[in-house]
Amino acid sequence: MKDSYVTPDGRTIGGVLMDMRGITLRFGGVEAIKDISFDIREGEIRAIIGPNGAGKSSMLNVISGFYHPQEGEVWFRGAKRPTMRPYDVARQGIARTFQNIALFEGMSVLDNVMCGRLTHMKTGIFSQALWHGAAQREEVENREAVERIIDFLEIQAIRKTPVGRLPYGLKKRVELARALAAEPKLLLLDEPMAGMNVEEKEDMSRFILDVNDEFGTTIALIEHDMGVVMDLSDRVVVMDYGRKIGDGTPDEVRGNQEVIDAYLGVAHD
Amino acid sequence: MTADQLHSIPALLARNVAAFGDKPAYREKEFGIWQSWTWAQAADQIDALAAGLLTLGAVPDDHIAIVGRNRPALYWAMVAAQRIGCVPVPMYSDAAAEEMAYALDHCGARFAVVSDQEQVDKIADIREGLTELEHIIYLDGRGLRKYDHAAMTSYADVQAAGRAAGLSARLDELSAARGYDDTCVMLYTSGTTGRPKGVVLSNRNVIETSKNSSSFDGLRVGEEVLAYLPMAWVGDFIFSIGQSMWTGFCVNCPESEATMMTDLREIGPTYYFAPPRVFETQLTQVMIRMEDAGRVKKWLFDHFMAVAHRVGPDLLDGKPVGGLDRLRYALGNLFVFGPLKNTLGLSRVRVGYTAGEAIGPEIFDFYRSLGINLKQLYGQTEATVFITQQPDGEVRSDTVGVPSPGVELKIADNGEVFYRSPGTFVSYYKNPESTASTKDAEGWVATGDAGFIEEGTGHLRIIDRAKDVGQMADGRLFAPKYVENKLKFYPNILEAVVFGAGREYCTAFINIDLTAVGNWAERNNIAYSSYQELSQHPQVLGQIEAHVSEVNRSVASDPMLAGCQIHRFLVLHKELDADDGEMTRTRKVRRAVIADKFSDLIAALYSDATDVYTETEVTYEDGRKGKITATLDLRDAVIAAEQVAA
Repeated sequence: MKDSYVTPDGRTIGGVLMDMRGITLRFGGVEAIKDISFDIREGEIRAIIGPNGAGKSSMLNVISGFYHPQEGEVWFRGAKRPTMRPYDVARQGIARTFQNIALFEGMSVLDNVMCGRLTHMKTGIFSQALWHGAAQREEVENREAVERIIDFLEIQAIRKTPVGRLPYGLKKRVELARALAAEPKLLLLDEPMAGMNVEEKEDMSRFILDVNDEFGTTIALIEHDMGVVMDLSDRVVVMDYGRKIGDGTPDEVRGNQEVIDAYLGVAHD
Repeated sequence: MTADQLHSIPALLARNVAAFGDKPAYREKEFGIWQSWTWAQAADQIDALAAGLLTLGAVPDDHIAIVGRNRPALYWAMVAAQRIGCVPVPMYSDAAAEEMAYALDHCGARFAVVSDQEQVDKIADIREGLTELEHIIYLDGRGLRKYDHAAMTSYADVQAAGRAAGLSARLDELSAARGYDDTCVMLYTSGTTGRPKGVVLSNRNVIETSKNSSSFDGLRVGEEVLAYLPMAWVGDFIFSIGQSMWTGFCVNCPESEATMMTDLREIGPTYYFAPPRVFETQLTQVMIRMEDAGRVKKWLFDHFMAVAHRVGPDLLDGKPVGGLDRLRYALGNLFVFGPLKNTLGLSRVRVGYTAGEAIGPEIFDFYRSLGINLKQLYGQTEATVFITQQPDGEVRSDTVGVPSPGVELKIADNGEVFYRSPGTFVSYYKNPESTASTKDAEGWVATGDAGFIEEGTGHLRIIDRAKDVGQMADGRLFAPKYVENKLKFYPNILEAVVFGAGREYCTAFINIDLTAVGNWAERNNIAYSSYQELSQHPQVLGQIEAHVSEVNRSVASDPMLAGCQIHRFLVLHKELDADDGEMTRTRKVRRAVIADKFSDLIAALYSDATDVYTETEVTYEDGRKGKITATLDLRDAVIAAEQVAA
């Protein structure tokens, strides 16, 4: 494991949390990801960018254990990860949000966020149905954790509102709340700013930075908004047609000719 | 401790701890649960912070700025400042950085107790210009981890340092040194004209006023209030600190600004204060939702509201009402009024006040007919709130009541109202000229409002701001507020500004109410993409024209003010906003600013044009500026025939 480093704004980034080694993912004859390696360090905000169809979401699905790559290894917290079901991955401390919001529309915000605590609940279905003793205590403890997140993300006013009635930007925030409720070591965000207006983007950026700062959560995010990516992330992986064409700090990536050609457009003099 | 030793807020606090130490003093909803602090616990928190301020180097007579939304910890900060002989200066938390810079610089605050990162950032922006500001104490440390903490400490750390220092004897000594005529608090007036002024209020002002007003309405220990109005406003200081400390009732703080309505419902205050705007908004929402209700519910609502209108106010005033009507009202209470009051969070209101602006008679009657004891009061910062208020049983929408206990009134020859009371302010801070021009040697203070005392009842009626009352070109009386209030009583008109001083005839700017008009548009399948487009919709303009014409008829019936009929008007393409300087933070229109900024529109109103093209600069919430352009319709209203004075 390589040494830790310190970011320009003074945060100490730790050792490697997740290491992707030579990942190749095929769907039939289509190679969505071609031999990609990169790492995610503890405490950093790591972005994966690339044009449409570059394989970013597939990459995120590999990290979250939803897709199983044909070749390559995923190392998490110093151990090679066997082929896993997504819920096992969740138990390991990885949580995510989705590009197309995946919340329970008919349930209240509170209930949705409580769902995120599932992996922290130990009592069985029967004692929960009776709601007595240990089950009751457990619910109270988990509710407290959820309330702290509701407070943190400033969604107190919609606590009891059914998610289906909320505007898009708030739904995104509720999804973030649900992911945070799992108290993840690694948080995966699939296009957290997609479809948002400037103000909502600013709010979301602030929440992402605050999550990283307050809870020390490592964050891997996919995002299209270049301004956001360059401002938020410590390091950026650039993908194009399933290949990795750049990896480094935002400034390094910005200056990389191949990245400029593929993504940001060919530079003119 | 005897009553005549209760000469400061810390002394009242000590009395409360001794008298009802284990009763709740403060509540705040946090993490979804109401957390509460007893008087004893609150006193302990206050002492810890006060001692902490001493360790930071605070000395008596320092000004300590308090910035943030209503939270128990910030109320404690005010009392902690008083505990060590300092003067708390609460400030508007939504003020822009420059506005805050002025107040911070003017009062020379050495310490600022602020709520969160937002306020810290704001002060950081202006810190260079503030030579006297030494230290910031913040409540919520989120996002502040990476900040330079050389001149910044968290509230909890300051308290911990205070606890460790063991200075309780010193605290008692400093508190005891404050006399009845020493400064209790300094509050900046929002200022419809010019720079805000720092109003210095003494312990005598605050405590005498709290004592008188508490006994006027029989306030007692068990009252519940919801503290949600800006802490920088004198009313909040008197309700949440003055009266609360005097009577020992509990102050409840909402979870966030957005949850205020839910929190109101949960607490069910017994003593409630809101500006007319809040009552208007609530009524508009009720009406909108009733439009969507099923036929049976709608019929029930309409039927019983008619009953309520007929007999509700009389029942409230204890006047005789027939047995059958009483039965009808009781049924209505069961089916409609009770549940409605509960939804509004007003079930338990024993004393409700509205002030600050005139309230529409229909709105006022609506709440009173439901059995809510809503009353009006008239006051200002310089009077420590109370000048006049309505006693139970003498409540009307067109007066502001009789002089509060201890207040003397007189009306000058030009109609301006003057008062003298135990609450009369000490001075404007660092501004002897303004002090002298407002308060004369005998202690009479000019309110700046024109009004008269009604014969027979002794109630005061306010016509308008004295300086706004003017003459038209033909010498007739011009009272813009009088007409504007009539216009604003229509639910689809949010704001109106009338012009006409020195002119041939009157004209008006009108702001539509987006909630009401937007809902109407939705109901009638009228598509619009922006506020601007909706405001210029021909049908909207038609409705407003009808309202203006109706107001003209009403104005024409008053021989004194018949000249104020509105001949031409336009509907503005943007909402008047405090961020653009068009209104004060308490949402009063700044006439001079508006007249200057929209001078092209006024010129067009006094020309023959039928429309006008305009460009307007707007300021966004984050301080950036933009420009909007619009072509506005200029409309003529129907002028009613004047009643000829005999």
